[in-house]
Amino acid sequence: MQARYLPYVLIAPVSVFLGLFFLYPFYLVAQTAFYDGAGWSLKNFQEVTSYWKFPISFKNTLWLAAVVVPIQLALALLMATMVNAMKKGRDLVLYIWTIPLGISDLAAGIIWLAIFEQSGFLNSMMHGLGFIDRPTALISYQNPALIFVAIALAEIWRATAIMLVILVAGIGLIPKEYYEAAQVFGAGRWKQFVRITLPLLRPSLSTALVLRVILAFEVFAVVQALGGTLFPVLMSETYAYQFELLNGGAAASVALIILGISIASTIVILRVLRVPKGATI
Amino acid sequence: MTMAASAPRDPRRTGRYVYATAVFLLCAWVLGPLYLLFVNTLSSPEAVNSFPKAYVPEFNFESIEFFMEFAGMTSALWNSIQVATLTMIMSILVGAPAGYALSRFDFKGKETFRILILLTRAFPLPLLALPLAVLFIRTGLDDTIFGLALVHTTLAVPFAVLITFSLFSGIPMELEEAAWTLGCNRLTAFIKVVLPLILPGITASAIFAFVISWNEVFAAAVLTIENRTLTAFLLQNLDTSALHLKFAGGFILVVPALIFIFAVRKYLFAMWGIANR
Amino acid sequence: MAEIKIKNVAKNFASYQALSDINLTVSDQEFMVLLGASGCGKTTLLRIIAGLETATQGEVWINDRRVDHLPPKDRGIAMVFQNYAVFPHLTVFENIAFGLRMHKHPSAEITKRVHRTAELMHIEQLLKRYSGELSGGQRQRVAVARALAMEPDVILMDEPLSNLDALLRLEMRAELKGVLAESKTTAIYVTHDQVEAMSLADRISVMNQGRIVQASHPVDIYRNPAEKFVAGFIGNPPMNFLVADKQADGRWNVAGQAYDGPSCAENTLDFAIRPEDLALAETGIQAKVNVIEPLGAHLLVTCDVNGAQFRATLDSDAKIGRGDTIALQPNLHRIRWFDPSNGMRKSLEKNDV
Repeated sequence: MQARYLPYVLIAPVSVFLGLFFLYPFYLVAQTAFYDGAGWSLKNFQEVTSYWKFPISFKNTLWLAAVVVPIQLALALLMATMVNAMKKGRDLVLYIWTIPLGISDLAAGIIWLAIFEQSGFLNSMMHGLGFIDRPTALISYQNPALIFVAIALAEIWRATAIMLVILVAGIGLIPKEYYEAAQVFGAGRWKQFVRITLPLLRPSLSTALVLRVILAFEVFAVVQALGGTLFPVLMSETYAYQFELLNGGAAASVALIILGISIASTIVILRVLRVPKGATI
Repeated sequence: MTMAASAPRDPRRTGRYVYATAVFLLCAWVLGPLYLLFVNTLSSPEAVNSFPKAYVPEFNFESIEFFMEFAGMTSALWNSIQVATLTMIMSILVGAPAGYALSRFDFKGKETFRILILLTRAFPLPLLALPLAVLFIRTGLDDTIFGLALVHTTLAVPFAVLITFSLFSGIPMELEEAAWTLGCNRLTAFIKVVLPLILPGITASAIFAFVISWNEVFAAAVLTIENRTLTAFLLQNLDTSALHLKFAGGFILVVPALIFIFAVRKYLFAMWGIANR
Repeated sequence: MAEIKIKNVAKNFASYQALSDINLTVSDQEFMVLLGASGCGKTTLLRIIAGLETATQGEVWINDRRVDHLPPKDRGIAMVFQNYAVFPHLTVFENIAFGLRMHKHPSAEITKRVHRTAELMHIEQLLKRYSGELSGGQRQRVAVARALAMEPDVILMDEPLSNLDALLRLEMRAELKGVLAESKTTAIYVTHDQVEAMSLADRISVMNQGRIVQASHPVDIYRNPAEKFVAGFIGNPPMNFLVADKQADGRWNVAGQAYDGPSCAENTLDFAIRPEDLALAETGIQAKVNVIEPLGAHLLVTCDVNGAQFRATLDSDAKIGRGDTIALQPNLHRIRWFDPSNGMRKSLEKNDV
């Protein structure tokens, strides 16, 4: 019953599909980025990086990721540990905490808009508590810091669940016996977390981090909803170049820059969190 | 949990209270903003724009009505449904055979194939919409439901492959072999024995593909102009539209996803956990 | 005539040779057991006969038909798997009926056969249940019933009892033997448990490292092992081996005692005797007692003979103590000799009993 060709027949659709709609466009992006109408050149990159908005959007993207991802990691770890200890109600709590997984980043932006916009709930609350008399424009150009906070909060709210699910699965794999052994040898809760949970979570941590960082560099709709043009990020620049300025070459080069930092971070994370051979569960 | 005979009850009690409170707060943190969206959606347009906000919804459906009547809205909604359904079907049809091949066979190039699949998830896929936009214009797929569905399927297929891979791996090969000895060929054995057992899992991953497509923003915005999907539509109207419109739109974006995720939550955890190994 | 002929079958996997030079004939209605340790190739051979694996070379014939290019469903076989492979989404009835439905038997016939086989395996009361509600032993019976319902020419069984607990295994063994004898089917049964093999088989094929080392009736294998490997594998406690040196007079010196042995060119042979073929005597092999295990039916005595481990099963009432030196006299008809260089049996000109 070993049809030798059967596996290849079965993977053919996926391979063709990905070849056509992934590898080929990828090649096209690269080609567009490095092409300036006459031949191979870096002109697009130069144009893009010398534009005044570039340093800002680059910084914004990186800062946002640098702030949001560690907070999410800590939060997700906390939530995963809590869920792991639950018996009753675990399903319900887990469902609630993973609701944001099903929410589009655009919807998340809109949701937090309801809170932060001028006549929004934050203002209402502050008014209700007597802090202010009338609604203040929170996310306006006068408060760039507040815009950052709003976007960061929305991102934390939306995307922690992505890491949570990976970490919950990873923690679930750690056999209870390890904790029991540690307990017998005198390790308290915190020690158990640091000495057993964290090291054994390494593969999951690295997967979660890689995924989250890559997604963080792609942040787009949330920023559009809350900050619009007030908080440029790399992805919104790509969109603007392609769609408004109709400059395909520039759009492609920004896209490749995003890809570049994604790959670089992936390599760093995988390196730092790599597991020695044989040291898995 | 064992309790030491002489341990004072207070610290343990407070520990549990703190724990319970933390859980509650985190749940509130997740549900709170959703509730506020809910309030806004079910308020009249005036209430949405008023200050200060009430925390209880008026159960006024004007905003939703307004939203549904807004030019192009219902067609955007319908487009989203079509694209998501197409994505769902295509990603399973294309991905499941590969998942089966990965779980059952050892073949040359298997490792390369697996790495390719993993790579696509590490890649900022929406960026591919850029060159595809050009490609689609040339092939006439530009601004079509099918065109966008193809891009979304590319997004969803790696998940479909990895999820079906773990689903099929959970079915012992022995069951298929038993079917072969009992008169089935490969195909009949698959249909009569494997399919019934993984149907729930495949349904869950199909729904997952649906949600991925439903929520996607960047590619939808880039690839559709006349035939906008809901996400593209909302994005386009972010600057110009009135608040109550945005919120009603957000609500409609959110609710189906919430229902779907609830329906497949059992599988979601198994799927995500395994798919991201 | 459901005779099975395997001719010159060999099987290579990428990294190693699983089977080489397999030649075997199983007669109609014979119960053949493939016995060996894990990794010896017995399951691979069974799967080749079933059609779940293809041989790298060689032929498989069932019922005077060459089948090695046919899929399992066209070979007239039925199989019982080690982990039962009972379909979880079907009731017991539907499981047993599965093969019959695939072969498009009429509905009335199916119902009749299912009930008959279920009765045979004592599971009629379980027909409406699903496998998740059944115990391991019950699932095992369903698996056997499913295979028997096909009324196959050949029934193949891959360690069907190894996942059951000891007591259940004993019961099922007896039941299986009865059921299969009644059904008049040729059977090939794979196991690593030599007690199972001895109890069930008409003939045993002992396998080691991809080869059939000896194929014969159980008692013949027990009494006349063809190789040192077989001698050591069959029998619990295992056979004893001592070094034997040729004496000037042609007899063989074993731990100071002289015995008649084969006349051959070699100067050293392995002397072998089973623990139950030794008796306490005035003279004999001098053995220092290390461990005495009173097993109820007899005493299992582990001794030291010139540094080698030597076991004997003696009468329960034997008066010996730890540290004693006893004399053990072997039953001369049961002594076996093996060539130390290749493990092959050295036979005497005289008849072995």
